[in-house]
Amino acid sequence: MSSELQDLYQEVVLEHGKRPRNFREVEGANRKADGYNPLCGDQLTVTLRMEGDVIKDVGFVGQGCAISRASASLMTGAVKELSRADAERLFELVHKLVTEGPDGVDMEALGKLAVLSGVNAFPSRVKCASLAWHALRAALEGQSSSVSTE
Amino acid sequence: MSGSSFDVARIRADFPILHQEVRGRPLVYLDSAATTQKPQAVIDALVHYYTHDNANVHRGVHALSERATQAYEGARERVRRFINARETKEIIFVRGCTEAVNLVAQTYGRSKVGPGDEVLITAMEHHSDIVPWQMLCQQAGATLKVVPVDERGDLRMEQLDALLTERTRILAVTHVSNALGTVNPVREIVKRAHARGVPVLVDGAQALAHFRVDVQELDCDFYAFSGHKMFGPTGIGVLYGKASVLESMPPWQGGGDMILTVTMEKTVYNRLPYRLEAGTPDISGAVGLAAAMDYIDAVGLEGISAHDRELLEYGSRALESVPGLKLLSRGRERSGVLSFIMEDVHAHDVGTILDREGVAIRAGHHCAQPLLSCFGVAATVRASLAMYNTREDIDALVRGLHKVREVFA
Repeated sequence: MSSELQDLYQEVVLEHGKRPRNFREVEGANRKADGYNPLCGDQLTVTLRMEGDVIKDVGFVGQGCAISRASASLMTGAVKELSRADAERLFELVHKLVTEGPDGVDMEALGKLAVLSGVNAFPSRVKCASLAWHALRAALEGQSSSVSTE
Repeated sequence: MSGSSFDVARIRADFPILHQEVRGRPLVYLDSAATTQKPQAVIDALVHYYTHDNANVHRGVHALSERATQAYEGARERVRRFINARETKEIIFVRGCTEAVNLVAQTYGRSKVGPGDEVLITAMEHHSDIVPWQMLCQQAGATLKVVPVDERGDLRMEQLDALLTERTRILAVTHVSNALGTVNPVREIVKRAHARGVPVLVDGAQALAHFRVDVQELDCDFYAFSGHKMFGPTGIGVLYGKASVLESMPPWQGGGDMILTVTMEKTVYNRLPYRLEAGTPDISGAVGLAAAMDYIDAVGLEGISAHDRELLEYGSRALESVPGLKLLSRGRERSGVLSFIMEDVHAHDVGTILDREGVAIRAGHHCAQPLLSCFGVAATVRASLAMYNTREDIDALVRGLHKVREVFA
């Protein structure tokens, strides 16, 4: 396998893709948004339970490739107990990581999400990695309509 | 070259783009249903046109304009001959198959379809042959009805007669499914539709690079196709229509050659085919399309069809040997497409890994979401073939699929 492929499909990514965490609808959710990638038809729904300004629970359901499922799974782990502002800051970091690469990105702040760094070498897969995050942001903003990666 | 001496190595030599490395591997191009590659003869025709003949058509009195006009109208005659239309005025140049369908929906459709009427399509249609009809139905207050497909990917022909009612105003059907490769029994469909007085539009985008199409033999009222899916340039396509039907259609877009005279009070429209071609047309595109048709005929469609069948058979067998792979292309008659899914691996992931092996396929819904939902999948891997593909290409695909299995073990 080429090193770029190895960077994309890191063990953690494959594992989360296969067995995504928080693959469920959150009970008592008070925020919800759909993400849709018209390029491939992938669709997922993110549900949140916010208490005040804090994300107390988050889950996702839907279908997608290994990258979008892994990214969604890692996202649910990373944003739980974060404030809305902190979650949005994390969104910006992840977005920069997958679109521009790791240079100039605070990798420590990303924690486990750093495994998404390989996506940058695959421009056609950036949308897969961003799908759940766009849906998260839409949910945080209180949008109830579907968001698209296009 | 002739049909009886089909020589794939010689054909490959005519396609310069195929001789390159991608990701450090020799390119294996299996995405011809999205767009075909172009032979040197087509590239040369475009270069020659722009180097020697470029001018606007139909209005100049100078030599270049005469040459450009001759080249453009010569291309129209070439298309007529290629699909065996009766007259050149039945050949309307458009941007592509999508524009051809929209033209029919918005002219013929708007003038013939009213509230309570029905438009009949099939579950196998590409979005470009669904959405224009949905738009028409919304505008006209009509209903869109759909001929379903069975689990093999064939149309449920036994339901056709019941779906053709006294309210059906037009039937649109694809000749070859872009997502599965199923070849539809168009002649039979036209016969049954005509028995009920219903005109038929055939979307032929995936057909002309693979087998001979004779619009008189099919007896269809419209036949739509794109140049770029038959070795020609992008941005050029054709709407064939029976002259009697085209004559009944109001103009679509206004401007350019569709006009005979204009006063501020009134416009007199030109005759066919110009009445349906507004603005400066894609002259070089038409020239390139004619060159593509010359090329196809020089190779011989009989040989191309036989090669296609042989590769499909070889490919089907080879793919079925890959563990966890399910082939969805299983229609009674097929052409050019091998569509499949892999257990526990999304088509996108397959596509990325194959790409790193230099193998270009399409992963996704292929703009045929309703059809894929009939099969309960959101995306498939589609390997699509053209005359320049070989058994070695299929072998490279299969090797790549084994790599996919390794990564996702």
